[in-house]
Amino acid sequence: MLSALIRKEFSQILRNVNIIRMMLMAPLIQLIIIPLAADFEVKNINLAVLDRDHSTYSHKITNKMVASGYFKLVDMPHDEAAAQRAMDEGRADLALEIPAHFERDLVREDEATVKIRTDAVNGVKAGLGMNYGGQIISAVNNEIRQDFVQMPRFNPLPMIDINTRFWYNPDFNYRHYMAPGILALLLTMVGSMMCALNIVREREIGTMEQMNVTPVKSWQFLLAKLIPFWVIGLVSLTIGLLACFLIFGIVSAGSYLTIYLFAMVYLVAALGIGQLIASFTDTQQQATLFSFFFMMMFVLLSGLYTPIESMPPWAQWLAWANPVTHFVDVMRSVVLKGSTFMDLLPRFWSICGFAVLFNVIAVFSYRKRMG
Amino acid sequence: MIITTENLTKKFGQFTAVDQISFSVAEGEIFGFLGANGAGKTTAMRMLSGLLAPTSGRAKVVGFDVATQPEDIKRSIGYMSQRFSLYEDLTVLENIRLFGSIYGLKKVELSQKATALLEQLQFTEQRNTLVGALPLGWKQKLSFSVAMMHEPRLVFLDEPTGGVDPITRRQFWELIYAAAGRGATVFVTTHYMDEAEYCDRVSIMVDGRIAALDTPAALKVQFEARDMDEVFCASPPLLKSVPHEDFSRIPAKRILARHTRPT
Repeated sequence: MLSALIRKEFSQILRNVNIIRMMLMAPLIQLIIIPLAADFEVKNINLAVLDRDHSTYSHKITNKMVASGYFKLVDMPHDEAAAQRAMDEGRADLALEIPAHFERDLVREDEATVKIRTDAVNGVKAGLGMNYGGQIISAVNNEIRQDFVQMPRFNPLPMIDINTRFWYNPDFNYRHYMAPGILALLLTMVGSMMCALNIVREREIGTMEQMNVTPVKSWQFLLAKLIPFWVIGLVSLTIGLLACFLIFGIVSAGSYLTIYLFAMVYLVAALGIGQLIASFTDTQQQATLFSFFFMMMFVLLSGLYTPIESMPPWAQWLAWANPVTHFVDVMRSVVLKGSTFMDLLPRFWSICGFAVLFNVIAVFSYRKRMG
Repeated sequence: MIITTENLTKKFGQFTAVDQISFSVAEGEIFGFLGANGAGKTTAMRMLSGLLAPTSGRAKVVGFDVATQPEDIKRSIGYMSQRFSLYEDLTVLENIRLFGSIYGLKKVELSQKATALLEQLQFTEQRNTLVGALPLGWKQKLSFSVAMMHEPRLVFLDEPTGGVDPITRRQFWELIYAAAGRGATVFVTTHYMDEAEYCDRVSIMVDGRIAALDTPAALKVQFEARDMDEVFCASPPLLKSVPHEDFSRIPAKRILARHTRPT
C-alpha cells in the first residue's frame, strides 16, 4: 500500500513542472545571486575631502585614502557648508576635514587634528569607513614620524608587527563563506515549504477526504508525502554542491559523506516543520503565509547573514533554538574547516532532536484534526 | 440491516448538524438521502463512513460501530465525495491502480479488474489520459467505478451527479443499478427529484432531522403529491409535527425488479 502511495507522489511531482523547476533552478539562482549581492565587504565608500591646508601631508592623506581601494573621492568641497551638503544629499558617506595649517602644526607642535564625519544611516558602512579611514591616517602618521626622527640603531619605539592569517578561508572569500549556508537554507525550503504546500493542496482539493475514508493510515499517507521531498532535497543538495564547485570552485575541505549524513537527518527535521505548517492551515494561501513567516524568522536568526555572537543574549538563545542555525554551522564547518563527523557530534544530536521533536508534534496535531 | 442508527447526533460547538436520527437500511437497497443544502446530509454520511466521530447516539455500519471501529468500516465500504475525489494529475490507469492497491487488491487481480473496468466504461483508449482532462461526467463515472473496484458491500455517494448532463446522469444510474444488481447497497444523496424516484426508499432531512422516510410511492400518497418534487417541498412543515421520530420501524422493502431501468 505504501509503495503505491509513494509511486503516486512521484508521478504527481514529476508531472509538476513548477516543482521540477524549483528543484533545479532554486539552488542555482540562490547560489549565484545571493553571495554576490549580499556582501559584507564594504567598498566604494564615497569620500568628500575638505582640504583647507593644501600641503604635502594633506595631499598624502587624501591620496592614501583613495589608493586603499575602499574610498572613492566624489567631492572636494571648499567650505564646511558644502561638505555638509554633500553628506545631506547622500553623495558622500564620509567627510574628511583637514584644517588649515595642518602641516605647520604637525611640524612645529608635533600635533595636529583631522576631522572625520560619517553618515551613520548605514551603520555598517559608517563603522567600516571610520575604521578604514582611521587605520589609513595612523599609517600616514607613522610614515611622517619616521621622516622626522633620525632613527637610532635600536628603535626607541618598540613596534609589534601584526601578521594576520585568515584561517579556513585564506583569501577571505565571502562567497566561500556564504555558499554552504545558502545550501542549508535551500534544504529548509524544500523540506518545509514545498512539503507543506503539497499536503495542504490535497486538503484544499478534497482528495484528502477521499484518502481518509480509505483504509490508508495517516502515518502511511504522511510518510508517502515525506519520502519524495526527502529525495528531492538530496537531489537539490547535490545540484547545489556541483554548482558550488563549477561556479565558485568550492571543494569541501571535509568529507562529502558527512555533509550528506547531516543533510539526511536535517531534511527529516525540515519536513517535520512542513507537516506542522500543513496541520495548522487549510489552504495553500495560508500555508504560504505561514511558511513565509517561519522562513523569515529562521533565516534572520540563523547566523547566515549576521554573526550570532553579535546578537543580544536572548536572540542568541533563540538562534540556537533554531534548527537552521545548527545546519548552517555544520555546512560551514565541514566545507570550510574540514570538520569531521566526530567533531560535529553534538550538532548531530541536536539536529536529531529537532527531527524527532517536530515530527512527533506534527503526527500528534494531524491526528487531532482528523478527530 | 447494513446500516442502523439510534439517535445519531453530531454537534459542532453550539450548532447541531445532525439531530438524533434513527433509521436503518437493508442490504441491497438503493437508499436516497434527500435534503436541502445544509440539512446535515454530508455530516451524517461522514459519520456513517467513519470519517467523523458522532457526538452522541450509536450507529452500526456493515456490522461495525462507527464510534469505535471506523477503520473496519473504511475497509468494507466505497465512498465518493461531493468534491471530485480522484487525482486529476494522475492518469485514468494510475488512479485505478492507486485505489486498487489501497484496498489491497493483488497485482494480477488488479490488472484484470482495471481492464474490465476500462472496457465497461469504454475508457480503454483514455487509460493514459490525465483525469483532469476528462469531461465531468466521465470523471464521475470513473470515480464511481473506482469506488466499487474492491466490491464493497456498501457504497456512499455524495451528490454524484451534481452538474452532470442528463444523458450521463442516466448512464451513471445504470452503473448504480448494475452495482445494486450485484448485491451492493447504495446510499446516495441527490438534489434531482427524478433520481429520488429511482431509489427503493427515500429519506428527507430537514434541519438535521429526518422528516420523512419511505418508498417514493408511499411518500407521494402520504403527502398527497403528484411527484417527488412536491413531496420534497412539502416536507419541512411536517417536521414540527413529528419531532425525533424513530424511522427504524419503517420496514426496508427490497425491490426485486432491478430490470426496471430508470426511464
